[in-house]
Amino acid sequence: MTELKLPSIDYAALAPILIMLSAALLGVLVEAFVPRRLRHVGQLSLGLLAVLAALVMVILNSDDRLLTAGGAIAVDGPTLFLQGAILVLAAMALLLIGERSVERGGAFVAQAAVTAESADDRRQAESSNGATEVYPLTSFAIGGMLIFVAANDLLTMFIALEVFSLPLYLLCALARRRRLLSQEAAMKYFLLGAYASAFFLFGVALVYGFTSGIPGRPAGVDFATIHAAVAESPASKVLLFAGMALLAIGLLFKAAAAPFHVWTPDVYQGAPTPVTGFMASCTKVAAFGALLRVFHVAFSGAAWDFTPVLGAIAVLTMLVGAVLAVTQTDIKRLLAYSSIANAGYLLVGVLAPSKDGLSGTMFYLVAYGFSVLAAFAVVTLVRDADGEATHLSRWAGLGRRSPFFAAIFTFLLLAFAGIPLTSGFMSKFAVFAPALDAGHAWLVVAGVLTSMVLAFPYLRVVVMMWLSEPGESTPTVTTPGGLTSAALMIGVLATLVLGVIPGPLLDLANGAAEFVR
Amino acid sequence: MNAPAEPAGAVVYAPASGLLGSVWLLVAIPLASAVILLLLGRRADRWGHWLGVASVGTAFVLGLTYFFQLRGLENKSVEQSLWDFIAVGDFKVDFGLLFDPLAAVFVLLITGVGFLIHLYAVEYMAHDEGRRRFFAYFNLFVAAMLLLVLGNNYVMLYFGWEGVGLASYLLISFWYGRPSAATAGKKAFLMNRVGDAGLAIGIFIMFATLGTTQYDEVFNGVGSLTATTVLVLGLLLLLGATGKSGQFPLQAWLPDAMEGPTPVSALIHAATMVTAGVYLIARSNPIFSANSTLQLVVASVGALTLLIGCVIGAAKDDIKRVLAWSTVSQIGYMFLGVGLGGGAYALAIIHLLAHGFFKANMFLGAGSVMHGMNDQVDIRRFGGLAKHMRITWLTFMMGWLAIIGMFPFSGFFSKEPIIVAAFERDDWTAWLFGGAALLGAGLTAFYMTRLFVLTFHGPKRWTEDIEHPHESPKLMTIPLILLAIGSVGAGFLLSTSVPEWLAATAGLGGHEEGHEPVLAHWLITALSLLITVVGAGLAWFLFRTGTATEPQPAGVLVTAARRNLYTDAVNETVFEKPGIFLTRALVFLDNRGVDGLVNGLAAAVGGGSGRLRRLQTGFVRSYATSILAGALLVVAAFLAVQAGWLA
Repeated sequence: MTELKLPSIDYAALAPILIMLSAALLGVLVEAFVPRRLRHVGQLSLGLLAVLAALVMVILNSDDRLLTAGGAIAVDGPTLFLQGAILVLAAMALLLIGERSVERGGAFVAQAAVTAESADDRRQAESSNGATEVYPLTSFAIGGMLIFVAANDLLTMFIALEVFSLPLYLLCALARRRRLLSQEAAMKYFLLGAYASAFFLFGVALVYGFTSGIPGRPAGVDFATIHAAVAESPASKVLLFAGMALLAIGLLFKAAAAPFHVWTPDVYQGAPTPVTGFMASCTKVAAFGALLRVFHVAFSGAAWDFTPVLGAIAVLTMLVGAVLAVTQTDIKRLLAYSSIANAGYLLVGVLAPSKDGLSGTMFYLVAYGFSVLAAFAVVTLVRDADGEATHLSRWAGLGRRSPFFAAIFTFLLLAFAGIPLTSGFMSKFAVFAPALDAGHAWLVVAGVLTSMVLAFPYLRVVVMMWLSEPGESTPTVTTPGGLTSAALMIGVLATLVLGVIPGPLLDLANGAAEFVR
Repeated sequence: MNAPAEPAGAVVYAPASGLLGSVWLLVAIPLASAVILLLLGRRADRWGHWLGVASVGTAFVLGLTYFFQLRGLENKSVEQSLWDFIAVGDFKVDFGLLFDPLAAVFVLLITGVGFLIHLYAVEYMAHDEGRRRFFAYFNLFVAAMLLLVLGNNYVMLYFGWEGVGLASYLLISFWYGRPSAATAGKKAFLMNRVGDAGLAIGIFIMFATLGTTQYDEVFNGVGSLTATTVLVLGLLLLLGATGKSGQFPLQAWLPDAMEGPTPVSALIHAATMVTAGVYLIARSNPIFSANSTLQLVVASVGALTLLIGCVIGAAKDDIKRVLAWSTVSQIGYMFLGVGLGGGAYALAIIHLLAHGFFKANMFLGAGSVMHGMNDQVDIRRFGGLAKHMRITWLTFMMGWLAIIGMFPFSGFFSKEPIIVAAFERDDWTAWLFGGAALLGAGLTAFYMTRLFVLTFHGPKRWTEDIEHPHESPKLMTIPLILLAIGSVGAGFLLSTSVPEWLAATAGLGGHEEGHEPVLAHWLITALSLLITVVGAGLAWFLFRTGTATEPQPAGVLVTAARRNLYTDAVNETVFEKPGIFLTRALVFLDNRGVDGLVNGLAAAVGGGSGRLRRLQTGFVRSYATSILAGALLVVAAFLAVQAGWLA
């Protein structure tokens, strides 16, 4: 019997993850022991402080390139870059979640368990303050995402997936208004998420089977072993390819790529808008971070084989997102389909097997995250007595009523459309150019063509806001509180700055674009 | 890219110094004005239009100053790098400007004619409550257009390209109350996207093959590309150019764009933006000159479009649409010029400049007529206006004589050399292109004379509500007079000084003596004058007594021309219908297909278990089914790849 050897753990390198998870646990205690009226401020400050502290640790660790916790966690350039991105975007999302001046009591319901549409439910929609459990839930989700992008074996990755998914399912159900829609969204997300997790787990099992039998190496699901196995395993390649396909499905589900995108519009529409923003930005970063690591580190030896299939998925995703966005009548669903199409563009970057492809994808994730959070921040502000007015017809003539916010939203839509001098143009450029270098001209052509299609629904909204007369039902934009304003301004400024002076962030991404193995 | 030993003829740009270091102001001033006008909102309503006019005027004065600076320099191409736009690894895109003779003439055209049109618009839009917004968009357009011609690489050009497209879309739909204006805006947008996609892909190809988009590096590197790459690259750039310039096969949006306010038609859809395609090809001349097939395609597009424009222009009754089709046709001449290559590049630019003057003049004249006639646009409802609108009549006459190429007006000096150059080709295409250009000159004379006579002469055919058409106020007539002077005098000046001036631009200097024309030079000149006089005389004879005010039955050709030669029908069938069908099919699949399948099964098994249940569980189940189907497909695809069926 061999002596049990404890793995060495580099606590400093793990600090961002540990900070977020401790903050989440602390948040649960706050929920139990702090008086009700102090909880909101306390929880919000705790969450923001933790995010800031974690971000500081990420910056302090920025030169780390190491494996720790027995090789389960890789702290390298992409990990640190993506963790930083998740933390910055999560801070913005927390600001939106914490906003209470736009709607009395915040965007969240006090007691999610009260039967929707009942008398009690109506009462609490009018009066009670929202649940403060959202903060620890969000912190857990952030912590999970931080592990997810750092995970260096498939089991750690799976656990991280569950750690950040479960709180998200709950968060989706907590909308103050339109409770049934919100609960339905949460239910769908949960069922389909569990379903996709099963695919992932099954894939892990098959890949494990594939790694057995390499001379001089035990079977395992860490990426180094898988990498070695792709080169020299005697096992049947069927195991490898079936496993790789199932893993990809699990990850593509979270990334909202077609045909695994079906949940996205419903969930984006039903979830409380700050949570939708959180999912559209941070979940996207986490999912693509994991995709990058799995396909660039573990399966890089099989690039020739997975590129055609994933490329076809990318084209399908772009097509579905762009074409279906054209007919949407709800702004949140429109943004959901846009998010699907963006998943397609990101996949184009993932498939470019170069350093530029990796850094371009990471740049895209950050740029898109800022813009999409700002866009959802505007959505939270366009409202009437019944909550947010998300139907597009209600946005007609908004430019007359509230030119400032309409101008901001126009700018964000132009960024999504990839108009130059916005970050949207730069990020598309950053993923398409390496794809062309890698010889994936067909992906780039599909990308350019679909983004032309996609520009149409965006411009339709712009025209509707500016060139239509305001109707009876056109709501005014609520003056945002300080928290929403801050988040909105950060998002808009980042969209502008990354479009005009993208150099520094591209440099940063480029410097970080190397995985440790 | 700069190799230590530059080969002879390599493109070298000098760094900007002294006064020329502030060329960026040209773009910044109109842009700042646009931003101020948009941000201040109603607070700027009282004086906003004057800010707009002043910003373009300042840009013009600056442009003149830079122009004279540039004259004194030895290397007349100065480049200014503002900052590294992207500089990571292999990515290198400069946020930089290039001021050279070609850019300089465009700057003067855009700001000069732009200033006059801005001035005119102050009065023209005086009663429109959206005037401030109009001037903001107008300034935005000028800034984007200047960026387009001043950029020192293709990415900068693309920025300007998208910017002018956006501004044009906003301005066409300016009168959003009219559904036709909104539709026209959409049409312009969509057709331009087709062209833009070509340009974008072209730029990506440049990046992939040459690793750069800087003009000098691209032009110096063209020699290292294969003929096929050059051909593909050139065709993509040409697609972009046809979209922006309203050339075949993307010409249909331009006449519809006339739904916008008239000053917009004058500035964007006559004088400047639509000539961006010509600029693109002239700027990229090292690429186009590198492949003779490419030049043949460009020239053919030009020749075909110039005839299409003439034929349709002859059948239209809307004054602005006739002018719009004449724009399509005149830009066809410019494309023919740039397609002929060599010395004809400069000829095309001269025609572009002359056209900028006389077409802006005529559009503003048309606006003046509409202003006096309660916004009537049907030329069958005009007649006899010469007495009532003296200044408009006289200035329009200068534009008319210029566009039909009558000696000694500007069109003669700019168009006739293109016709001669077309005859200079060394094979049978000389007859083809020369013949088309000559025929086009005759047709132009015919339909422009028809327009002129029906509007200003003959009996009155006004609608009942008009009693005394009035001349427009001074703010509108002064720009008209200045532009008319340009239409008269510019041609001669341009044709003598511009070729030499442009020779300093990369690639435009190589004026090799062409072949002898297949006909004697004097004979071509005489023929083109003769055919012009015949066309104009015929139209004068036919329409001197006016025309019926109702549509008349017509033969096959005229009906076809009235329907834009059926190009709209073709567009609808080729682009619109499949697009709509695809959208519907996908929506159907997403909402109904998978859903319906599962629900149908559920209904059959459960015997109609009620709506409620279906609402609560049906969707998730169908989503899960579609995920499962997708998963099966993906796994199957992976295994197929593994078995070697796909890879």
